[in-house]
Formats: sequence, structure tokens, C-alpha cells
Amino acid sequence: MTNSSTSDPKAARAHARAMAGMRVEAMPTVPASAATDLPIGVAADDMLWDETVGAGGYASKELSRGARLRITDLRADACVSMLVFNAERPIERLNIADTVKVQWKAYLRAGGLLLSDMGRVLMSIMEDEAQTHDTFCGPSNERTNTLAYGEGANWGRFPNARDRLLLGAAKFGLGRKDVHPCVNWFKGVRIEGDGTTMWQGGPFAPMRSVVFRAEMNVIVILANCPHVLDERSEYTVTPARVCAWRGPITPADDAIRNATLESSRAFLNVEEYFRR
Amino acid sequence: MKVSNSASLPGNIVLDEIIHARACWDHVVHAGESLRIIDLEGNQAVDFLLYALHDDTERYSAQDTISAQRNIFLRAGTVLMSNEGNPMAQISATSVAYHDTIGGACSCESNTLRYGHHTKAQHACVENFLSSNARHGRGKRDIVSNINWFMNVPVEPDGTLGIVDGISGPGLYVELEMRMDVIAVVSNCPQINNPCNGFNPTPVRVVIAAA
Repeated sequence: MTNSSTSDPKAARAHARAMAGMRVEAMPTVPASAATDLPIGVAADDMLWDETVGAGGYASKELSRGARLRITDLRADACVSMLVFNAERPIERLNIADTVKVQWKAYLRAGGLLLSDMGRVLMSIMEDEAQTHDTFCGPSNERTNTLAYGEGANWGRFPNARDRLLLGAAKFGLGRKDVHPCVNWFKGVRIEGDGTTMWQGGPFAPMRSVVFRAEMNVIVILANCPHVLDERSEYTVTPARVCAWRGPITPADDAIRNATLESSRAFLNVEEYFRR
Repeated sequence: MKVSNSASLPGNIVLDEIIHARACWDHVVHAGESLRIIDLEGNQAVDFLLYALHDDTERYSAQDTISAQRNIFLRAGTVLMSNEGNPMAQISATSVAYHDTIGGACSCESNTLRYGHHTKAQHACVENFLSSNARHGRGKRDIVSNINWFMNVPVEPDGTLGIVDGISGPGLYVELEMRMDVIAVVSNCPQINNPCNGFNPTPVRVVIAAA
């Protein structure tokens, strides 16, 4: 028998309960309506999600059609890798190749769509203050992080984006086969004429944000790890804040919906999917 | 790397087949063996995936391949990487300047976006990938961004990209030397709405040679 503060169940319970009210940077606000510094014009009761994803962290969330999602690069070195699934049938998911091919665009910007492998738009980009994103290079993995930083496992100091996305996906019953090509936000890659990837790593201003609208009921998986092309010798990544709030379903006269022939067809296919 | 510019594969030929226009095909290729794909009539896109034979949760990854070589084009010498960051194969020779891995596979569903709903009933590469993979217990979640041999997808300075007229020709080829035991899955692309097959799908030839 020891005299420690956790030597019996009642003492251990008191010890655990004494943590109530602790605050760290990388944590969710629960309930989300208690969040401070809300997005402009958003009522507290409409908040669905407020979480700061730390360096090397991950988070996942189910969002309903019409919900808005804002990701903010708080201190200018976030790199947020994202997977998106149809929450009703996760066999439908973000398809990066279709996303760039159908839109005839290598670089995602405001007005751009995240397309599924079923010819539908999962999310659209309503605002983009960053304009440095990457649809080509995908997540880091344990091997690339081990080469860059000496280790890369989920249990270590330098988690890799792929294995973070895997954990996020696993919480929804998904597995290794479901970690498909992703999009990276905030750290960008441009393609030169000879095909070379040019990394856009900054320095950037802090507080750049991207705002999305869920066009279907979606599962969003986020990982915040250094970009796979980041050549800095230190594991360099800073926290991202994620906010989501309720919003109306996209109307028929929406500018993003009707921007191109291809976008209007992607929305038509969504509207047909929900015609029940 | 054995870079061969000759039209003949080294080693004993263990398979020599024609893949019909519009058809799917799959075959095991072992580490050290070479797989040559020959564009018989020219400008025929060959959609292509690799799965590790002993654990098919490890598979070809376009993004890992691009980030490993810091270039989107697949050329002689390119190492095809898996989603776990492991080398699966290397392009040991090709008589075409570069190949695509950003354009993905055509599907009935993406065809409705690109060309209109009148194309939904047309055969597509995803249908081929599903047909081949379904015989081995794999399904839609196993279809990831693929390689398009003999397909040309440039990216312009303003970010516009698209499938344009091909740079392949009759008899041109690509040859892979495998770094692990794999299942290679092919869709001989049936697309008729863009120039990836010259608007005319044609047969290709596949040859596997022993190490």
C-alpha cells in the first residue's frame, strides 16, 4: 500500500476529476456552441465543431449537407491533409484524379469542387485566403518521415500524415484500403512545364483560412503533419483551427453550382442522389 | 536498373498475350521479372494498377510516386512507389517520352460530368478495374489513382490541365522491372470521348520475361 494520490479507486477518481477545466491548445470545444471568436455572422447555436488540431495531430467529423467548414492556419505552418467520404455510403469518396480532370484545373481555389468517384460534388470551396494547396503529392508516410526526421510512427514524436488519416478513418470503421489520395491545404505544389513539382512552403502570413460547404452528408478526416516535400530538417508544423457550422443547402441559383458545365452536372448528380 | 533500348526483352518469355481493345487483364508478375506493354497501333491509353501480391492493402500510389521523384511524369528510370513508400517497380525502358499518372481512370460517373449523361452507359476503365479486381476479392475501395501508359496530360502555367493528343505511336512500348511480387491490373481504355485513344480503342500486347 502506497500513500500516492491514486492508491485506491476513490483517490484515483478524485485525481482524474481534478483535471476538470484543464485547457490545452490542441483540443475540441465541447459543446461547440461554447467556442469563442466565432466566424463572423455565425450564431453560437449554429456551431457544430470547434477544434484545434495540433502539430502532428488529426481530427475527423461527420457533417451534414449544407454545413460550412473553415480551416485556419493559425501560425503559418499548418499543412492539413484531407480525405472526404459520403457519410451514408463511405464507399463513395474523394477522387483526386477526377477532381482535377473534370474541372480541367491542377490547383484548387475558391469556387473549386471536391469530387467523388461517383460523379458528385462532396464539398465546394467557398473562400480561400491561402491559394497554396496541393493535389499531387499526397501524405507523408512512415518511411518518408523516418528518412526526414528519424522516425514517423503514430506513437512517436513525428507522426506521418498517412497514418494519421488512417486513424481518423478507422474511427468510422474504415481501414488501410480507404486511405486514398488526399488533398493538402496551405502547403502548395505547382507543376512546371517539364512536370517538376515546385513546393510552395512559405513563409506565409498566419491566420489564412479556407471555407468549405458540404454538398453531401460527409465524413471529413484531417491530419496536420509536415508536407512530404518539406525540406526543413526539423519536423515543422503548427496548429490549425477547425470550425464548422450549420448552413443552408446549396440553392439552384448558386454561383459555384452554375460556374461551369461540369460543376452544374456534379450538383445535378447530387440533387438526383437526394431525390428520395 | 537495366535500361534496355532494344525492342526485345531480356530473359525467357513466360507470357505473350494480346489484350483486346476495351478489355481488362490481370496477371501476377514476380520480383525481378519484366513486364512490357506494347502500344500496337499507337496512342492507346493503358490504365494500370499494381497490388502487392502478399498484402494487397499495399498498392501503387500515384501521389507517393510523384513526391518521391518530384515530377508528375513517368519516364525511363521512374520508380513506381506504393502507398507505404516502398518501390514496387521501375520503368527500365520506354520508347515514349513520358506517361501520365494524374488523369485517373475514366468512369461511367465521371463521363457524365465531362461529356454529359448520354455517356453513362458507355464502357469505362473503372468498369474494367472492378471486373478484374472482383475476381480476386477486391472492390471499389481498391481503385486508387492509376497510371495511364501512353496518355498525355500536360499542366499549363495557369493550372489548366487535360487529356490531349497522345505522343505514342505504333509499336512503342514501356517496360517495367518489378521490385516486389505484384498483381498487375490493366484496363485497355475504352474511352471514345477524348483523344486518349485517338477516338479509336485498339489492342495492346503484354509480354512478361523471367529475370
